[in-house]
Amino acid sequence: MRAIVTVIGKDQVGIIASVCALLSEHNVNVLDISQTILQGYFTMIMLVDASQTTVPFAQLVTNLEQAGKEKGVVIHAQREEIFNAMHTI
Amino acid sequence: MLNQHDILSTINMINQQHLDIRTITMGISLLDCADPDPRAACRKIYDKITRRAEKLVSTGEDIEREFGIPIVNKRISVTPMALVAGASETEDFVPFAKAMDDAAKAVGVNFIGGFSALVQKGATSGDRRLIASIPEALATTDFVCSSVNVGSTKAGINMDAVAEMGRIIKATAERTADRGGFGCAKLVVFCNAVEDNPFMAGAFHGVGEGDCVINVGVSGPGVVYHALQDVKGQPFDVVAETIKKTAFRITRMGQLVAQEASRRLDVPFGIVDLSLAPTPAIGDSVARILEEMGLEVCGTHGTTAALALLNDAVKKGGVMASSHVGGLSGAFIPVSEDEGMIAAAASGALHLDKLEAMTCVCSVGLDMIAVPGDTSAETISAIIADEAAIGMVNSKTTAVRIIPGPDTKVGDTVEFGGLLGSAPVMPVHPFGSEKFVQRGGRIPAPMQSLKN
Repeated sequence: MRAIVTVIGKDQVGIIASVCALLSEHNVNVLDISQTILQGYFTMIMLVDASQTTVPFAQLVTNLEQAGKEKGVVIHAQREEIFNAMHTI
Repeated sequence: MLNQHDILSTINMINQQHLDIRTITMGISLLDCADPDPRAACRKIYDKITRRAEKLVSTGEDIEREFGIPIVNKRISVTPMALVAGASETEDFVPFAKAMDDAAKAVGVNFIGGFSALVQKGATSGDRRLIASIPEALATTDFVCSSVNVGSTKAGINMDAVAEMGRIIKATAERTADRGGFGCAKLVVFCNAVEDNPFMAGAFHGVGEGDCVINVGVSGPGVVYHALQDVKGQPFDVVAETIKKTAFRITRMGQLVAQEASRRLDVPFGIVDLSLAPTPAIGDSVARILEEMGLEVCGTHGTTAALALLNDAVKKGGVMASSHVGGLSGAFIPVSEDEGMIAAAASGALHLDKLEAMTCVCSVGLDMIAVPGDTSAETISAIIADEAAIGMVNSKTTAVRIIPGPDTKVGDTVEFGGLLGSAPVMPVHPFGSEKFVQRGGRIPAPMQSLKN
């Protein structure tokens, strides 16, 4: 099962490293990654493979959100299907 | 990989523009629960609902979490109770409503619809007993919603039932006077009611449906409003195209959630209802969409045309996005549940007569409207008759959900709380309709050709 992880917030040292470390702890494989600064906001979008996660996906979502709060950024993790459904025919 | 812009736009729609799934509604047939012994019937009803819907709420929450899309309500609709309870040897149908209410509480849903009767041509003994029980049932339960279908394009309008519903609405308001007549917010009078509507208070599980089904209602007035802000001043062709594209995206998400819920619950997927359902939250209003099209305030001249375009474009965009579209599908204009409608009504720009005109071109009808407490039962019946006539002649669903809160007068505001919002009390015509309503009988079904 593939998912999209988005990280939006103020740019700071080590955001990518901390998110990747958390994903790695949960046995989530990063397939693609893109990053940009939009209007001063750090915006990172990752495509990940979450089929082998060590915890249920909903729990991973909670853990990522929690980690985001600690870093002062907003992290979402959503299954890829929702984006495909909305933007492709 | 997906386009970065698309991903961020979805996240923005959910976080900033109130995009959500308004409801996952499980339709459950209770036809096999009929029993001559009312207590046995109630037990069967409770058992079947709690068995079928045991995992509805938890499944909805799982989907919400995994896809990151809010699913605001999880609800249940059941077979019109008059058909089930009609077999029982009892005059009092309130225990059936209580069985529904208990089951709804046990499974954790926030509304259960189907305390209903279909009397568009005539009423059976079961229908009469159910309708008589409505005021007490709505006053003594928390989550039960009731609806009565009093007309259809094929049958005409049952004016005896229309007269009776005026009295029932008044009695329901009296029984819930301490809460501003709140019981009436859970009671809808329909013409051309649909069998697969997932939205409350009018949801019931039609007899043409299977044993159990999943219907999903999408929402998203805020998303349409934001999309229109990008095309300010452009011709209506552009407005219609923009709404269609937005409705497509919203509905695709509804389709995805419906299929996922259907698979996880092992219950067949019924329909997606592609309605624009507003909430009292700022930025989630249908009225504000109409105003974004160039109206100074919703209710002024041009409102009906703007709503016609909106309603049609939503359908055109949504139809391609879902394998099965049904329910009410269109724009809702409930006054108390729409921040822009509340403001328009409070400012005096939006009148009952304009709302009636608007119901000719949009989904449903006079919805969540507070009228003065001294409005007579006959006047309410006449309002119902007008609305039913619009539905009957135009082959569409229309409904009346009207709240004559006891002791309220024009200028007051009735608070319902939550998604039901607050309603400014609107004036009705002071001239009587008693002799009209007292005639009774049936208004014959209309011509379906020679349309002018």
